[in-house]
Amino acid sequence: MTAKIEAKNLVKIYGNNTGEALELFNQGYSRSEILKQTGLTLGVAGANFEVAEGEIFVLIGLSGSGKSTLLRCINGLLMPTSGSLLVDGNAVEKMGGKELRRLRGERISMVFQHFAILPNRNIIDNVAFGLELRGVEREARWAEASEALDSVGLGDWKNKMPQELSGGMKQRVGLARALVMESDILLMDEPFGALDALIRAEMQEELLTLQREIKKTVVFVTHDLDEALRLGDRIAIMRDGAIEQIGTADEILAEPANEYVEQFLTGIDVSKILDAASISKWPRELVRDSESVSVALHRMKKTDTDYLFVTGQRRKLVGMITRDDLLPLSKKRQTSFKDVIREANTIPGDTIMRDVFPELRHSERALAVVDENGRFLGVITHNTLVESLDERKGGDGIAEL
Amino acid sequence: MLNFSLPKLEIGEAIEWLVRWIIANLSVIFDVIKNILNSITGALNDGLLAIPTIILIIIFALGVWLLTSKTTALLSFTGLVLIWNIGLWPQMISTLVLVVVSVVIALLIGIPTGILMTRSSKLETAMRPVLDFMQTMPPFVYLIPAVMLFGIGVVPGLFATIIFAVPPPVRLTYLGITQVPEDMKEMAVAFGASDRQVLRKVELPLSLPSIMTGVNQCIMLGISMVVIASMIGAGGLGAEVMRAVNRLDLAHGFESGLAIVVLAIVLDRVSRNIGSGKTTPAGRIIEYLKKHRKAKLESRVSQI
Repeated sequence: MTAKIEAKNLVKIYGNNTGEALELFNQGYSRSEILKQTGLTLGVAGANFEVAEGEIFVLIGLSGSGKSTLLRCINGLLMPTSGSLLVDGNAVEKMGGKELRRLRGERISMVFQHFAILPNRNIIDNVAFGLELRGVEREARWAEASEALDSVGLGDWKNKMPQELSGGMKQRVGLARALVMESDILLMDEPFGALDALIRAEMQEELLTLQREIKKTVVFVTHDLDEALRLGDRIAIMRDGAIEQIGTADEILAEPANEYVEQFLTGIDVSKILDAASISKWPRELVRDSESVSVALHRMKKTDTDYLFVTGQRRKLVGMITRDDLLPLSKKRQTSFKDVIREANTIPGDTIMRDVFPELRHSERALAVVDENGRFLGVITHNTLVESLDERKGGDGIAEL
Repeated sequence: MLNFSLPKLEIGEAIEWLVRWIIANLSVIFDVIKNILNSITGALNDGLLAIPTIILIIIFALGVWLLTSKTTALLSFTGLVLIWNIGLWPQMISTLVLVVVSVVIALLIGIPTGILMTRSSKLETAMRPVLDFMQTMPPFVYLIPAVMLFGIGVVPGLFATIIFAVPPPVRLTYLGITQVPEDMKEMAVAFGASDRQVLRKVELPLSLPSIMTGVNQCIMLGISMVVIASMIGAGGLGAEVMRAVNRLDLAHGFESGLAIVVLAIVLDRVSRNIGSGKTTPAGRIIEYLKKHRKAKLESRVSQI
């Protein structure tokens, strides 16, 4: 195995004057002790790994486990406090400004969790951004950027502005922007973390399809176990800045290295990392607030329920309507149901799964999952919760993977 | 018992000594600056007055239309004709020149200073009290060293105006750039951008609305200071106001004041509209040209 990327005893401590903290770390002090004594945060605690050319290497862990920090050491956005990071055998921490810029501009591209699409540029100029920095002529970079946009299925959106795109589309733009650089290494920092469950699955599928063609070396950060198992050729599980275990999905599932990994996999802790958004399902039917009473009743009949969630513009959750409220309206031949919209039971998308249980117990109907802007993300019923736990705990779900 | 006396700190005297020292030793530099600024303002003034008034008014109105909208252009046209009508056109032009020259210089100093402050926290800490001082010191006070350094005339007026108008662009440039989301900057660096590229391609474009607010504020302060500066012979509409005050001539005072208001409104609307992201006729023309060029490029690309 030729290592494309290699980390050797990589330690990253945030802040200035890290000497004392590093000394403490070398003496075996824990992360919290170091924080208490020096006030400095230990980001990565002695990581060792190798990434082979053409593989997808997944870094997974809870938030604050150091996975994003470790990722940023690969292209020198962060410099290791001690230890070394080699890309094709060259130490990133020893590179000067020019070399680093060349590494980032030609060899390594990055995809970001919150897309980082420049709002003042249209789509094609966003995709061509890296080429522009590289000094490529306008004509040539537009040609390449439009090819990249075609490859992610956004060929018709070249001249649109970012505000006109959905989250999933924005991340496709982010992906196209990285692909157009034709670098051999792709760093992906929770790229699908900000997308809702449906789009996320679709994007994962697409990434795998794309990877079969382009065969890049990918380092992928996620906190979603499903995602890690689906995408990763090899997976590194991180905790408190240290790597607990590295292996293929099979190896890790069959032989968890320690108790923490085991817990991580069996779902005891999974209920802590999974949030409401990731287990929510898209309901079979919804109704928009501009639609009519008869449409709503028809949909209820079709799906055999007595209530529907109501959404407004930009998929904002408005509330819910029940059949009992609609029937009198329908008799009076009223078309708008706006007056009978009730408040729906909602739950924020980032509620951790453990906290979803009590909420659900108090609610006789499904819970509507919303994001911070009140947009509707999906529903959680009593069934969804059981299913999602089952998938992770029992043999069935895992064997399928 | 309690009436012991503290020795007075000679702050004012120290400043006066400093200014006198500068005059005694560096007057050559100030003469050169004075001559340059005098010839620039003089040339601009003569040039604008050489154009027939009605044509200049139409040109201004067209410019306003390009940068804002039809209504604002019509309003400006009416206002400018009014100034012409009450016979204050030459004074308006000299005020305009004063404002434009001082604002341009204030921006040339202010915007780079704001940028430098985002790069060095030491400079930022140092500049904060300086900016507070510049903004709260009563503007009349600036007139004194201005006269001592440059004598009576247009140039000391410019000097005082620049000092008074420079803080907003500094502050708002700094504010705009510090408010650019960290992940945008990180993205640019991750794609291989140098510091200068981050500034030019990410920070400045994204902070443009804030910077343009600074420009707008700079212009507004410039106009208000230009009136005060007429006390030291800067001329223009401010001088007319002063004359009316001295003679208790309400009619003339009101007319001159009105002319300043018209000028202020026009400059405010134009500068506020630039960078606000609203579509303007000029924007539409540029958009059209861009599309045209892009279409041409695309057809060429598809031929390959």
